[in-house]
Amino acid sequence: MQTDISKVDEIVMRYGRRKENLLAMLLDCQEEFYYLPKEALEEISKQTGTPFVKVLHAATFFRAFSLKPVGKYPIHVCMGTACHVKGAPRLLEAFERELQIKKGETTKDNLFSIETVNCLGCCGLAPVVTVGKDVHGKLRQANVSRIIKKYRSREGSDA
Amino acid sequence: MAYRSHILLCSGTGCVSCGAFTLKETLKTELQKRNLQDEIQVVTTGCQGFCAEGPIMIVQPDGIFYCQVKPSDVPTIVEEHFIKGRPVKKLLYTGAAKATPIPALKDIPFFAKQQLVVLRNRGLVDPDKIEDYIAVDGYSALSKALTEMKPEAIIAEIKRSGLRGRGGGGFPAGIKWETCRKAYLQRNVEPVVICNADEGDPGAYMDRSIIESDPHAVLEGMAIAAYAIGAKEGFIYIRHEYPLARQRLLNAIEQAKEYGLLGENILNTNFSFNIEIVQGAGAFVCGESTALMASLEGEVGEPRAKYIHTVEYGYKNRPSNLNNVETYANVPLIILRGSDWFASMGTGDPRENPWNGSSGTKVFSLVGKVNNTGLIEVPMGISLREIIFDIGGGIPKGKKFKAVQTGGPSGGCLPESKLDMPVDFDSLTEAGSMMGSGGMIVMDEETCMVDVARYFISFLTEESCGKCTPCREGLRTMLDILNRICEGKGKEEDIAFLEEMGEVMQDCCLCALGTSAPNPVLSTIEYFKNEYLEHIKNHKCPGGVCKELITYVIDKNKCDGCHACTKVCSSNAIKGEAKKLHSIDTTKCIKCGACIEVCTKDAIYKE
Repeated sequence: MQTDISKVDEIVMRYGRRKENLLAMLLDCQEEFYYLPKEALEEISKQTGTPFVKVLHAATFFRAFSLKPVGKYPIHVCMGTACHVKGAPRLLEAFERELQIKKGETTKDNLFSIETVNCLGCCGLAPVVTVGKDVHGKLRQANVSRIIKKYRSREGSDA
Repeated sequence: MAYRSHILLCSGTGCVSCGAFTLKETLKTELQKRNLQDEIQVVTTGCQGFCAEGPIMIVQPDGIFYCQVKPSDVPTIVEEHFIKGRPVKKLLYTGAAKATPIPALKDIPFFAKQQLVVLRNRGLVDPDKIEDYIAVDGYSALSKALTEMKPEAIIAEIKRSGLRGRGGGGFPAGIKWETCRKAYLQRNVEPVVICNADEGDPGAYMDRSIIESDPHAVLEGMAIAAYAIGAKEGFIYIRHEYPLARQRLLNAIEQAKEYGLLGENILNTNFSFNIEIVQGAGAFVCGESTALMASLEGEVGEPRAKYIHTVEYGYKNRPSNLNNVETYANVPLIILRGSDWFASMGTGDPRENPWNGSSGTKVFSLVGKVNNTGLIEVPMGISLREIIFDIGGGIPKGKKFKAVQTGGPSGGCLPESKLDMPVDFDSLTEAGSMMGSGGMIVMDEETCMVDVARYFISFLTEESCGKCTPCREGLRTMLDILNRICEGKGKEEDIAFLEEMGEVMQDCCLCALGTSAPNPVLSTIEYFKNEYLEHIKNHKCPGGVCKELITYVIDKNKCDGCHACTKVCSSNAIKGEAKKLHSIDTTKCIKCGACIEVCTKDAIYKE
């Protein structure tokens, strides 16, 4: 996939090329591309005068960033304490079984990827999973395949 | 135009996730259809706290509380409540026992025992409208501070109130402000005021909720702190996982500037103060002061040793006052109502010495295996039992209480024998846990305490920044041992080794993440040693959680052969004809537990 450098340019300019806004630039890039392409990191390094290794350090230090492309519908399984005691680890395994991928991987059709997050802060709805921007609360394993089907049929590729 | 009734619709993250915004549109359309749009107003408010029952709404002036409202209920509500004038029974709160519905909010036990200070405006103001906040005395504390009080007097008042840091440490805010101001005057370097909204503890969402329901209270508290300390610049460091809270803050700052309550020459005085919002990127350690400030400067969030405190040399080596969201939100009311009022709540008398007791209230997120999950605010000194059983309504499905976890990954698990202990900074620390930012996770008999310890250590192993050896290696070693115990391969000497490792980490780690990291292990060993021994000696998991030590069995007397379990079993391990007893092939069973979730006869159990 070709990275649109002009978008990176726009993001860097948004923060006036200031070094201390590195984190904000990376967050905006992640939002734009759904991951951090190497070209984007290089461009940020060049434009802000930050050594590339330092940009990479930040990109790998924080959980919010991914160096690999994620699916169109990234699935985030909440692993907060409330979700944990309500069975989040088994729910994660149910998603892994349903999609035949492991945490950190993306399905072959690039539709789904699975990640875990520490806490989404809606513990009243535990266990919680987000798919894209949608929040699914009080989930049971039996709901998993229906949820996946819903997104697949939205894509018209219900295979 | 006067409305005869107001619908206060909760729009905290919990309720929004359950479709609160769709509900709002449906309500508006329906009201218009019935030509009631000029009589009944729909107001979106911040989080009202009872998150498990969302989406929720309160109809004023009667204070009727509706829960789990779906868009399809809207025509009924409008028809019954607003036209015929009778509450819709099926949407009233009944409690876990499905008893008689309770129509009025003030009568619901979950709300009745709470005391609202920080959350005083929850459900009353529209967080996106500064006019609402001003109408309930908002920004009058700032005005009082700027026009009637000297900075020193404000600091004295905060010190006298005994306000201690709500982020977890419990350091008296007044002393911190005083030190910061002193550093500023001595060095003549402009100080900064920082708000820590990087709420990283899993199972806790107090700060998010405070910001979402009352963002101006945080801004006002920060402005008062800035004036007292002598700062012109402020930052709010917020997690990127909280987009709604961030949006409300941005909006609130914009509005406060328009009203001359932030920016240059606030309220026509010569005090100027600006706030910038900075987003974190998902690193637990960034809640630590030095790591947070490193992150603000554009570096990665690694802590440094604190021989020199950040309050003197912090962000860009300037004196930096860092307080938590909830701490700042308490400030306006202390200024308005005085330190005596604040000190009268809670335990001890802090007026001479702010370390003496815990004054005021504390917001907790009461979650886990408890009937009424949600956000609560209670006076300091209340007992754990009152919180869990009176407000929380006890444990679901009549199960037995096992433990309550407070203080996040730095805290510990407390057993039933500690339930009557008062909840304040010092009692919790003494019991081997800590106040922390206010997460309170209730665990029942089906929770494995070794697994809980492993969960926190695995969390911390991932979140440790890796800079200092005792934390990085200590956590990894602890995790290896706990994994082994959970797999039934533990040795008896493991327990002593875990304790020793914990002590080393408490002594040697660089920052608070490391020194407090052993707490979950040490507290579970102290209070639940028999569970460790069950795993190690008898290869049994009493909570039925550790996969390697359990098998799933069908109860001959309860199974009616309904096939519900066979449909969800992904490994085809359950066999049996319709209407006849089923059985589980243990060689195929992957122990995912999907069958237990769907069995309506409680016929599957773990042994």
